[in-house]
Amino acid sequence: MLGALSRNRPLLALLRGGNGGDKAASAALWAASKRFMSSDNTITVREALNSAIDEEMSADNKVFVMGEEVGEYQGAYKVTKGLLQKFGPDRVLDTPITEAGFTGLGVGAAMYGLKPIVEFMTFNFAMQAIDHLINSAAKTNYMSGGTINVPIVFRGPNGAAAGVAAQHSQCFAAWYGQVPGLKVLVPYDAEDARGLMKAAIRDPDPVVFLENELLYGESFPVSQEVLDPSFTLPIGKAKIMREGDDLTIVTFSKMVGYALKAADELAKEGISVEVVNLRSIRPLDRETINASVRKTSRLLTLEEGWPQHGVGAEICASVVEESFYYLDAPVERICGADVPMPYAANLERLAVPQIDDVIRAARRACFRKEEKKQATA
Amino acid sequence: MAALSSLRVVVPQVDITRGASGAQGAHSAGAVGDKAFFGLRSGQRLGAEVGRVTLRGCGVAVPAGNVRATAAASKVVKEKAKSEKAQLLVTKEEGLELYEDMVLGRSFEDMCAQMYYRGKMFGFVHLYNGQEAVSTGFIKLLRKEDYVTSTYRDHVHALSKGVPARQVMAELFGKTTGCCRGQGGSMHMFSAEHGLLGGFAFIGEGIPVAVGAAFSSKYKREVLKDDKADTVSIAFFGDGTANNGQFFECLNMAQLWKLPVIFVVENNLWAIGMSHYRSTSDVEIWKKGPAFGMASAHVDGMDVLKVREVAKEAVARARRGDGPTLIECETYRFRGHSLADPDELRSPGKIGQSTTQCLKEFD
Repeated sequence: MLGALSRNRPLLALLRGGNGGDKAASAALWAASKRFMSSDNTITVREALNSAIDEEMSADNKVFVMGEEVGEYQGAYKVTKGLLQKFGPDRVLDTPITEAGFTGLGVGAAMYGLKPIVEFMTFNFAMQAIDHLINSAAKTNYMSGGTINVPIVFRGPNGAAAGVAAQHSQCFAAWYGQVPGLKVLVPYDAEDARGLMKAAIRDPDPVVFLENELLYGESFPVSQEVLDPSFTLPIGKAKIMREGDDLTIVTFSKMVGYALKAADELAKEGISVEVVNLRSIRPLDRETINASVRKTSRLLTLEEGWPQHGVGAEICASVVEESFYYLDAPVERICGADVPMPYAANLERLAVPQIDDVIRAARRACFRKEEKKQATA
Repeated sequence: MAALSSLRVVVPQVDITRGASGAQGAHSAGAVGDKAFFGLRSGQRLGAEVGRVTLRGCGVAVPAGNVRATAAASKVVKEKAKSEKAQLLVTKEEGLELYEDMVLGRSFEDMCAQMYYRGKMFGFVHLYNGQEAVSTGFIKLLRKEDYVTSTYRDHVHALSKGVPARQVMAELFGKTTGCCRGQGGSMHMFSAEHGLLGGFAFIGEGIPVAVGAAFSSKYKREVLKDDKADTVSIAFFGDGTANNGQFFECLNMAQLWKLPVIFVVENNLWAIGMSHYRSTSDVEIWKKGPAFGMASAHVDGMDVLKVREVAKEAVARARRGDGPTLIECETYRFRGHSLADPDELRSPGKIGQSTTQCLKEFD
């Protein structure tokens, strides 16, 4: 194992890095062994986020993490596991339950030279701090005539989980996506999580990083390049997850997985689907979206959030404005139901898009006859 | 580590020469005896006349006044406190009602745990085991039309307030026969009929809502001239919430407008995995009341009779129109924060100790 270690650049960097010395090395070794022992380089989204934050904190002393339960509890969803042990309580701060206060504190720290990563236990709780997110973080660069930057990252789970009811299940992509001065990122797989998190931490502007609780435990194969500490992804570029000719599905976060599964099903019927993983809500990659629609001439947007003024609404408007004459069918939007998330399991299933909904809408866009509606509950 | 000691009632030792209100010696946990219930009538400034002293083992209204009067009152309290246990009387019927409510709360929560692990319930479920005395002690003094708001740990508040257990359990199962037709779930119990205004997932959220309900009660009485409008509202929340901005805003408004609301802090010393001592600059939450000029008390939340005595005083104050009260109940939750919480940060020894302490009181 030691021989393999000496050849492994990313692993060595991990072991070397950080300010903690011996205990850092042992914590890093634990993390590394978990990550690199499997021969096929599969990591979970949680590990991807954890390693990205870890590496950026090692590389730059000004990066620190702040939030509820991020330290001793190892993170409410274990995303910050091991960081307190490695970097100490001065750089991994457990806060009281004071969202408005600590968000403002983070913004102030960022304005004067530090690089905070503020965790919200879920983005629902960020509503208690939204004044600072918008008014102090997002608008400051403009209001100060470009003289003051706020290099802060706000991260946490967004959107529906399972059975957590109305106040824990809202998707905030559309709200934050509307605000000039913010960058809004929505990773799907482990590669997205790692690359976008590193890019977000290095970015000089406020970034809202919308994760998904149900994706944390999902594993994805990643290339060696992704595991390199210098790996980042560009902010504002969407990724074509699957190429196709008949229909473009534009989506983000967990719904990318649904779109890919639906695409597999539709391929059996001869419908070739192109799946676009947005990765970034703001800036929105209109070029990639429009190029794809001009190729396929059909658009379907897919999101978990509410329909009115949603992300899909903006995408449809963009396509209708720029690629109108290429469209062969009306644009289709699939969204969550226009209700606060119900608690009962059968109602919750009906309130979020399912793979069958995607398949049906895709057929509709391709003018295929709809199959008889099956009960989804 | 603060002991779950016997009743503590508090008076801040006001030193008018210094102008600051600092309760010396109050920082040591376990200090008993030389404190009393701090009551300020509306419009009274520190240094006004002496008020009533009523003591039934727990509630003493002492005025801010000169330091000597305060010290004298403290001596009285000290002597009476020694024989306080004998003063806490309930009738047999009341006792049985309290007992039944607490046992219902405990067995309901235990059944929730069973059902959760069998997959009948899902999502977030936060159990109230160990804290029953607080819910029973306060809510059993309320009328049906009085209001209660709570946090996500709201099953037992719903039961104490009179929502049928069957409806609460059906809600947890997601059935249409649930009190919110299965749409709210564990964290969002509402009942218009029983005056239960939620059930909120965000801590601190219920406090302004309770203050608003109190506001409407006062409004009905004074603007709409309805003499019979004297409903009281209680906001239940935890120690973590006492660091949240909404809490302080509401303390100010409630005292400013003398609203009939009671702020009940269920201080179980833990907010998920965050110890109260790690997150709070001054750990004695009751002290936050006097900072706003509000009457404040601290009580052993594991003893239902003591809680009830303090609650009686607070409810009476509110109904009379004397304004809000902040009551810190020292209690403990026997289970983790939620059924999904690994609960690794609390010491098992301490949990065991609290359990036996609670049982001892009932012997």
